[in-house]
Amino acid sequence: MLEVRSAREETGHDEVTGSRGDEVSKPKRGPVLTGAHYLDGDHACAEGAIAAGCRFIAGYPITPSTEVAERLAERFPKIGGTFIQMEDELASIAAVLGAAWGGARAMTVTSGPGFSLMQENIGLGVMTETPCVVVNVQRGGPSTGLPTLTGQQDMMQARWGSHGDYEIIALSPSSPQECFDLTVTCFNLSEKYRVPVMFMMDECVGHMTEKVVIPDADTIDVWPRRWYRGPKDKYRPYAPDKDGVPPMVRAGDDHRFHITGLTHDERGYPIITAECQHLCVSRLVDKIRNNADDLMIIKEEQVKGADVVVVAYGISARVATKAVTDARKKGIKVGLLRLITVWPFPEKRIRELAGAVKCLVMPEINMGQMYREMERAAGGKCKTLLVPHCGGWVHDPDDILKAIVEGAK
Amino acid sequence: MNPNQLIVGRGTAEHHPMEDFLRMDRMPHIWCSTCGLGTCLTAFIAAVEESTIPREDIVVVSGIGCTGRAAGYLKFDSFHTTHGRAIPYATGLKVANPRLKVCLISGDGDLVSIGGNHLIHAARRNMDLTVICVNNFNYAMTGGQAAPTTPQGALATTTPYGAFERPFNIPFLVDSCGATYVARWTALHVRQLTIAIKEAMLHRGFSFIEVISPCPTVYARRNRLGSGLDLMKFYHDHSITKNFASTRECDIKFQQDIIVGKFVQRDEPTYLDSMEAQMKKTLGAKFVPYVGPMDPSADSEGTKSNARS
Repeated sequence: MLEVRSAREETGHDEVTGSRGDEVSKPKRGPVLTGAHYLDGDHACAEGAIAAGCRFIAGYPITPSTEVAERLAERFPKIGGTFIQMEDELASIAAVLGAAWGGARAMTVTSGPGFSLMQENIGLGVMTETPCVVVNVQRGGPSTGLPTLTGQQDMMQARWGSHGDYEIIALSPSSPQECFDLTVTCFNLSEKYRVPVMFMMDECVGHMTEKVVIPDADTIDVWPRRWYRGPKDKYRPYAPDKDGVPPMVRAGDDHRFHITGLTHDERGYPIITAECQHLCVSRLVDKIRNNADDLMIIKEEQVKGADVVVVAYGISARVATKAVTDARKKGIKVGLLRLITVWPFPEKRIRELAGAVKCLVMPEINMGQMYREMERAAGGKCKTLLVPHCGGWVHDPDDILKAIVEGAK
Repeated sequence: MNPNQLIVGRGTAEHHPMEDFLRMDRMPHIWCSTCGLGTCLTAFIAAVEESTIPREDIVVVSGIGCTGRAAGYLKFDSFHTTHGRAIPYATGLKVANPRLKVCLISGDGDLVSIGGNHLIHAARRNMDLTVICVNNFNYAMTGGQAAPTTPQGALATTTPYGAFERPFNIPFLVDSCGATYVARWTALHVRQLTIAIKEAMLHRGFSFIEVISPCPTVYARRNRLGSGLDLMKFYHDHSITKNFASTRECDIKFQQDIIVGKFVQRDEPTYLDSMEAQMKKTLGAKFVPYVGPMDPSADSEGTKSNARS
């Protein structure tokens, strides 16, 4: 299981060094904004990208994600990054893929409607195994919905939004601090597994201002790209290492490689047959599924011996802590399982828990998306309860409390 | 240097020198007999050789369609991307790694229909790309549907009673958006096309070459225009070379004269030039130019997997 180190716990910073406005123009050691700051989630995400070594952003403005791009448009020219505002979201994700093959760590940011536009090329990114990060600061949907208000309604889309069979990795932060920390994790995972990673923020976390501690650059764990180091004329873009992931090159180094979105063999050449499809697609899917245990980042609190466990992610997990506290005051043995990795869904852990509890309760700001995964994984071994919300605001903790009480019966 | 001179005296009976630039392990290609795409590829390779641009700097990006398959046959770092999105993909490559000479080879439907928005913005930005747009007046690979380039009156599978929409005048379109090198040739004009591709590659800024090309199996057959050779004769009889003609006058009507030539060639700051100039102007000494892509040789950890597995 991957552990996320909270920067705050590690460095023990107490001092808050000023408002976010000051910090933008006074970076401490090099590009990384080491120090303790008040930042909102969007800005913390931008700083996380910088800390992860991202120096290419292509984006298109969309509320409530725009501040990520705006901050990077301001920071990048002072730290050697390059930001390009593209003409639309389709162009943004295409440029990110091209930039990754040019050798850059690349990211784009968007919200629901833009995320929908990006799906085709996310599929291209998956098929060509292009490392990159796609940030979705979710808002109320569907369609234009609630541009300025929160939602968690794109969770299934993150997993299934593009056509065809594939797997991706998606993480969900619950605080501006995690918007920083987990952006770095997203880049790391995208490099290790050569897959686009979806960073599923929401407007609440994105626009919430909290203390964010950014450590020294040399203590931030940034995983390198898995470069191929063999003879150039023997390079096969899709010949995998033992973990199912092939090493990568960048354009311009005379490998003379070809990549395509068509079903392809290890040389990257299109082979339009069922046999090639089987080899190509199963490896893409298996490289995530077989490594799901390593990808599971979850935080558990008082789950052992609990009768009810609230399973939540993003801002809803923060809101749920109030309900959990209130339930404990009523004498209910309730735990909280916070999902940080949302895809691949931690089904093993849910299956285990389902055998040990009376009920699993999931609050989410949608009409039931990750709930379906939880219910499926529970396999009928315990009750499951959904606390839905159409979006626009966070749950009333009492609604979650009611479900906990119901589940404890 | 005459492109033909590169071939004479270098080839052998068993090995054509252009094979070095082709993925011979993917031959034969899928293109039809007398399609113009083979000629386009030859002209491209000849232009590459003539340009003396370092081979490793050259990257080829294509979209979807018959022309899009060109990337798969060329032995450069090549990218066969999604329908209409070759230009923004190429933009990402170029901006992330400015050393690259990014060339696009894609079809009329891919570049001006679904890819239209990206085309006009790349031209507007004067993004340093070389775009070769092969225009066969339809979507050939999918069976011959009408495209925004299909002339009025022509038959296509989705215009079985004759196309009636006004088609694009592509040189006019890209010229009006700010392209700084614009040319049109046909698949007959092999030498002019080769020179144009070379000039376009060496040109700093958005270069666009439209190549009128026969589609014998679909467009030509449906419209009873004969084979590719018959269309070569047509191009011969009906092409009018007018260098620096006004692109406004370059529209193509069904089976009528085609104006060819180099229409636009001027030097203007590229996207990257403009960005750097603006940043320097505003930020002065605080401007830190883009550090460039990651360098594999500088990466000390190599292919070592993460420390946490």
